[in-house]
Amino acid sequence: MANEALENIEEVLSAHKLSYADYEHMKQILGREPNLVEIGIFSAMWSEHCSYKSSKKYLNGFPTKAPWVIQGPGENAGVIDIGGGMAAVFKMESHNHPSYIEPFQGAATGVGGILRDIFTMGARPVANLNSLRFGDIEGNSDTAKYQRHLVKGVVEGIGSYGNCMGVPTIGGEMSFESCYNGNILVNAFSLGLAKSDEIFYGKAEGIGNPVIYVGSKTGRDGLGGAVMSSDSFTEESKKLRPTVQVGDPFTEKLLLEACLELFKTDYVIGIQDMGAAGLTSSSFEMAGRSGSGMVMHLDKVPAREEGMTPYEFMLSESQERMLICAKKGTEDKIIEIFHKWDLDASVIGEVTDTGRMELFWYGEKVADVPVDPVSEEAPILDRPTKRPEYLDEIAKVGIDDFEKVSNQEAFEKLLSSNDIIDKAWVYEQYDSMVQTNTQKHPGSLDASVIRVKENGCAIAMSSDCNPRYCYIDPFVGAAYAVMESGRNVAMSGATPLAITDCLNFGNPENPEVMWQFAQSCEGIKEACANMETPVVSGNVSLYNETNGVSIYPTPAIAMVGVNDDENRVLGSKFAKEGSKLLLLGDTTGEFGASLYMKELYNTVAGTLKEPDYTAEARLWEFVIKANKYGLLLSAKDVNIGGIAMAVAKMSALSGIGAEINTNFEDKRWVFDESQSRAIIEVDEDSLQEVAKLAMDLGLKVEAIGITGGDSLKIDDISMPLEELKDIYFGTFPKKIKADIVD
Amino acid sequence: MKSLNVSILQFPGTNCEYDTVYAFKRLGHNTNVIWHKEESIPADTDLVVVPGGFSYGDYLRCGSIAKFSPVMKSVIAYANDGGRVLGICNGFQILTEAGLLPGALKRNDNLHFISRHQHLKVVNSNNDFLKKCKEGEVLYIPIAHHDGNYFVDDETLSDMYDNAQVLLKYCDSEGNPMVVNGSVEQIAGVCNKDKNVFGLMPHPERAMESILGSKDGIRMLEGFGI
Repeated sequence: MANEALENIEEVLSAHKLSYADYEHMKQILGREPNLVEIGIFSAMWSEHCSYKSSKKYLNGFPTKAPWVIQGPGENAGVIDIGGGMAAVFKMESHNHPSYIEPFQGAATGVGGILRDIFTMGARPVANLNSLRFGDIEGNSDTAKYQRHLVKGVVEGIGSYGNCMGVPTIGGEMSFESCYNGNILVNAFSLGLAKSDEIFYGKAEGIGNPVIYVGSKTGRDGLGGAVMSSDSFTEESKKLRPTVQVGDPFTEKLLLEACLELFKTDYVIGIQDMGAAGLTSSSFEMAGRSGSGMVMHLDKVPAREEGMTPYEFMLSESQERMLICAKKGTEDKIIEIFHKWDLDASVIGEVTDTGRMELFWYGEKVADVPVDPVSEEAPILDRPTKRPEYLDEIAKVGIDDFEKVSNQEAFEKLLSSNDIIDKAWVYEQYDSMVQTNTQKHPGSLDASVIRVKENGCAIAMSSDCNPRYCYIDPFVGAAYAVMESGRNVAMSGATPLAITDCLNFGNPENPEVMWQFAQSCEGIKEACANMETPVVSGNVSLYNETNGVSIYPTPAIAMVGVNDDENRVLGSKFAKEGSKLLLLGDTTGEFGASLYMKELYNTVAGTLKEPDYTAEARLWEFVIKANKYGLLLSAKDVNIGGIAMAVAKMSALSGIGAEINTNFEDKRWVFDESQSRAIIEVDEDSLQEVAKLAMDLGLKVEAIGITGGDSLKIDDISMPLEELKDIYFGTFPKKIKADIVD
Repeated sequence: MKSLNVSILQFPGTNCEYDTVYAFKRLGHNTNVIWHKEESIPADTDLVVVPGGFSYGDYLRCGSIAKFSPVMKSVIAYANDGGRVLGICNGFQILTEAGLLPGALKRNDNLHFISRHQHLKVVNSNNDFLKKCKEGEVLYIPIAHHDGNYFVDDETLSDMYDNAQVLLKYCDSEGNPMVVNGSVEQIAGVCNKDKNVFGLMPHPERAMESILGSKDGIRMLEGFGI
């Protein structure tokens, strides 16, 4: 066993972000001093990114079960039954730190990574979403210029990868707050389809079964990426560019097709992609899931460059690679499939019954580590939590503390805000139609929808989170995110079934951040349990902090639901002139962390009302049922900017005006953000039936207007349709192209 | 109507082959996906389709490597023999690179990928591809490309007009010319002189069902039927 004594152990530990206690723990596990390769392995496996050491305590207890859940958290992705023998495989993951350093490659490899998580389960990816948070993009400050550069790079990176893979990017969300100036968020979601009895798992078992490496060659790129993502940022961080991986979507496309061809055979025992911490995490996780051991000969790993060391092979994060455990005797046939697709494939080891990971370099043993303790004895931290002091201050603030603004002025301001305006400049860079399934495209409001050719159903999905809500109340804000994503899905006529989440937070060593994290987890648990939408997969991203400033808590939630008839997918824009508009749900004057407060008073403050899960469930049930009975022309949830913004979007997108009259006691309530509400468009003939159904369900419904005309009127607000469309569609391109001189 | 035997090419990086299969099957035709390393195409082929995607990752000029694939030799021979070939998006790029169609496709003038439903005006329908469409008719078909900026020199263009080789142009919903990607005279689709090789950037195979936003693609692809 090669075991050069390590000089200056403190320096080595510090470079690997390990503590001296960790070192003692390693020694205890190994029964001796670790060598450099082993320290690298422990460092990666015990990094925040791989071990969830700060978050694990709170992730336990997520509701994860339902009759339709085939696979919950713990695998590469979650799996739910969608009927007709088909399953949907989905997950969301962050690539925040790399994207801030190198936006194009960071975002591209984020998409590449999530796609591999999906197809390693045996599913063909059929839809992508993304959830993006940026800082201030307006003005001539260095920050704004850099943020515009980031927006362009991230969007192009996402497009370049997804488009080349032939996976449509069908939707997402994008918002802007100053708290992201030093830490943007890039969360990528992917959903794939597989037969429900043909799911593949990341396991390595059966003594003597070969372990096969397939895909791209290994280089030095991304070395130590998982460790990098487990630290906060300083000005120095931009020097970390070499730790950002470089994506090759073409190779991944070949890898996808080769894997799907392989899955049609019965050669595979288990398969796992090499994501964060590369060969280390994939091999340990595969062996760990089955309680097996493994021998790997690192000199057999295809290398991109000469002179690479065992340490580098184990920690490289080169993209587009997979590790396969196959049935003994099928090696040649598997290699043949990958060679057909011009990919490397090499038998690098085999499964053993030792429970140990034994690594060799030209016959010499270079590491010998017991598998289970590395993952199971990873430190679980119980970090201190503390309710942030700012909460008491902001709780007292309401819109009455500020000077009143006319509704007309407020309308114009909110309509042109970054949160509301159409982002065609972004989503037209994504191929949203390849695979010929897309029914609700990006930009068509609320959920995105694809149909499933295999069983005639439609899958609706929506990614949501309002970071402002989460800032003033992380518990309720997170619960609202679950409710909103489900509401969006329900608006298309689909039944919400399960979520994946991507929990983006600041520095966990700050007790106030840890408190936010704990609260958000509890909010998700409560909402998911009440709405019967379990969590089937997810990801945590901590250390989103730069120079001591943490981001707002941002637990992004992506809900997936099924509509059993692809011919009954409900739209969210006005269908025609002369139809009635009804408001569902109660409006109670909620302005906490509202868009109104942000845009008019530059303030994020106030409180959030307790979630009413019963009201939310009634709303979903109503829209799903009414749509099934053919009573609805369109439906849209009421969200940021209230009724006014919901109607404005429906109107701009359809090119049909509307006249709305409310009897709110306070005229400003057209901008109120009370939850569990929606606007539906119905034919006059259907009014009675709609009213009856609402009454049966105990849901408040009131007529608020009619569609038609060449302007939009909401109480005392009025805007010509052409102006509305100009603002809605024309504002974002102007903002983002501020640096381009024609 | 006779079922056609449609041979659909598959290069590494092609990603619209199964959409194309699905579209032609909906029209009742037989389809065959042909791996690029094949040296011949089935003898009973009635139509070769070079589908969209990113052949070889489009890392060099789009389509410039695919033209060297073994299967392309037989496709060129097939076309020169009068066989019908349709190139969609990346397939259009490959056919121009292979010299089966005039002109070239450059990067979009805004330098971005463009994906959306787009109106197209039928300029000439006196050919096998668009014979079910009317001249002047406005179609609504998805586009999704990074390099769709069609370029051709003036002299060739003038010949193309004389021979009715300009098939489709980008337009607005009223049929007025519309600049989409910088193409010469807003050209979206062309054919060769003998009117047996066709190429277009838009994706008719994505416009086969109203639940996906348009079924104008049916009229286009039906043209190949006998």
